[in-house]
Amino acid sequence: MKPGVLYRLDLLARNLTPFLLTLLFVFVSVIPLQIPGLSHIIPLLPLMAIYHWAVYRVELLPAYSVFIIGILQDIFTGAPIGVNALVFLLVYGVVLTQHRFLFGKSFAVIWVGFGLISGTASALTWILVSAWNVAIIDPSAIYIQFLLTFGMFPGVAWGLLRWQRTFLGSS
Amino acid sequence: MGLKDSPRLLSGLSQPARTMAQRLVYLALVLLSVAVMILGKVDASKMERVRVVVTDAVAPILDGISRPVESINRFVAEARELYAIRAVDAKLKQENVRLLQWQTVARKLEAENAALRKLVNFVPDKKARFISARVIADAGGAFANSVLLNAGERDGVRKGQAAITGDGLTGRITSVGMRSSRVILITDLNSRIPVVVQPGDVRAIMTGDNSQHPRLIHLAPGSVVGPGDRVVTSGDGGAFPPGLPVGRVLSNSDQGILVQPFVDSARLGFVRLLDYGLKGIVETPPDQSGLTIAGKPGRQFEKR
Repeated sequence: MKPGVLYRLDLLARNLTPFLLTLLFVFVSVIPLQIPGLSHIIPLLPLMAIYHWAVYRVELLPAYSVFIIGILQDIFTGAPIGVNALVFLLVYGVVLTQHRFLFGKSFAVIWVGFGLISGTASALTWILVSAWNVAIIDPSAIYIQFLLTFGMFPGVAWGLLRWQRTFLGSS
Repeated sequence: MGLKDSPRLLSGLSQPARTMAQRLVYLALVLLSVAVMILGKVDASKMERVRVVVTDAVAPILDGISRPVESINRFVAEARELYAIRAVDAKLKQENVRLLQWQTVARKLEAENAALRKLVNFVPDKKARFISARVIADAGGAFANSVLLNAGERDGVRKGQAAITGDGLTGRITSVGMRSSRVILITDLNSRIPVVVQPGDVRAIMTGDNSQHPRLIHLAPGSVVGPGDRVVTSGDGGAFPPGLPVGRVLSNSDQGILVQPFVDSARLGFVRLLDYGLKGIVETPPDQSGLTIAGKPGRQFEKR
């Protein structure tokens, strides 16, 4: 059963890519680019990936991998540990409840859906971090970060869709 | 949802039971996130330990990813310098003339200083030890201002050391792993630095709020501080050596006294850590503390 084993290994490797790509996004977003002000408003790449996979291939991104990604995001960015894990999980959960509505819709609908959900997620993160620090954090950077995240979503989603079609096949 | 891709753990269950189990797992993870958050608030040191261990484990990956970016940045900077070389040359020549005058003044003062020190049997400041480290992750973000360095305990990095660049103070080491460490920048919400505002020697605490401009608090009543005044570390509390340049007062208004830091935290490539050999906040082994270090020449340790 040699071909069978190889086939299964290949499938496993392919099916791991949604998680690994999302993980890569976490790393990429903390690269010191040395561009003034950018680190404050760097788009939330992992959030885009989690939304994308939750809409299109949710079985390849189970809840525990979302949790792991959130915890790592917290650890690297220096945010209180648990905040992004919670926010990412909530985004994931909301997408799942709206899955019937979002799946198979035109890209515009998916994009608007992302806008609503990521906007709420940003606001929630702001509330959580402010509460955790017992101080009101200046929300302007978070607002710009949200706009950038929203604006960059089509590009990132396009790349992820291409990946999905090339390596993962249809659901 | 593809049935065959579900975790093997649940593959023996029927569809409704599996959905139920997945919901329970989801709920448990949400609760776990909340619990972790609360635990981090209650017992910060334990969570900080977790952060250090994980960061340490992935530091080589971050180091690898950040290297090409560093090279590109250096290349761009060099190209830019080449372009401006004539203008810079003219400026430098002018500056050189001025600095030569200063040199004369400085030499005279140095001699005078040495003479006066001899006169009063002055005990010199402890010599600081430097550790140079590369920034491997700019964990800025809207919620925290910190960077990760590729130097850790094995390189002599200790909690509390001041992180400086050629321009001045940029932050303080908050957590140290074996091969990585985290610097909390002076703009971070949790940064508190005892400073002195010159001229006038007004003591204050500089506190960050995640914006670009930290503010000064706890000034003595009636003290006068205006835009342009220099802010340096006071050395109070023993965390930092006194006199490290921090920034300039930007404005003094209803919103408080804002400081423009000398260091542009967005452009951190390398930082130097200052091991001042102070007891208390900075833990040093007994053989390196106190006056023993004063006798040694400043040891330089480079890590790239």
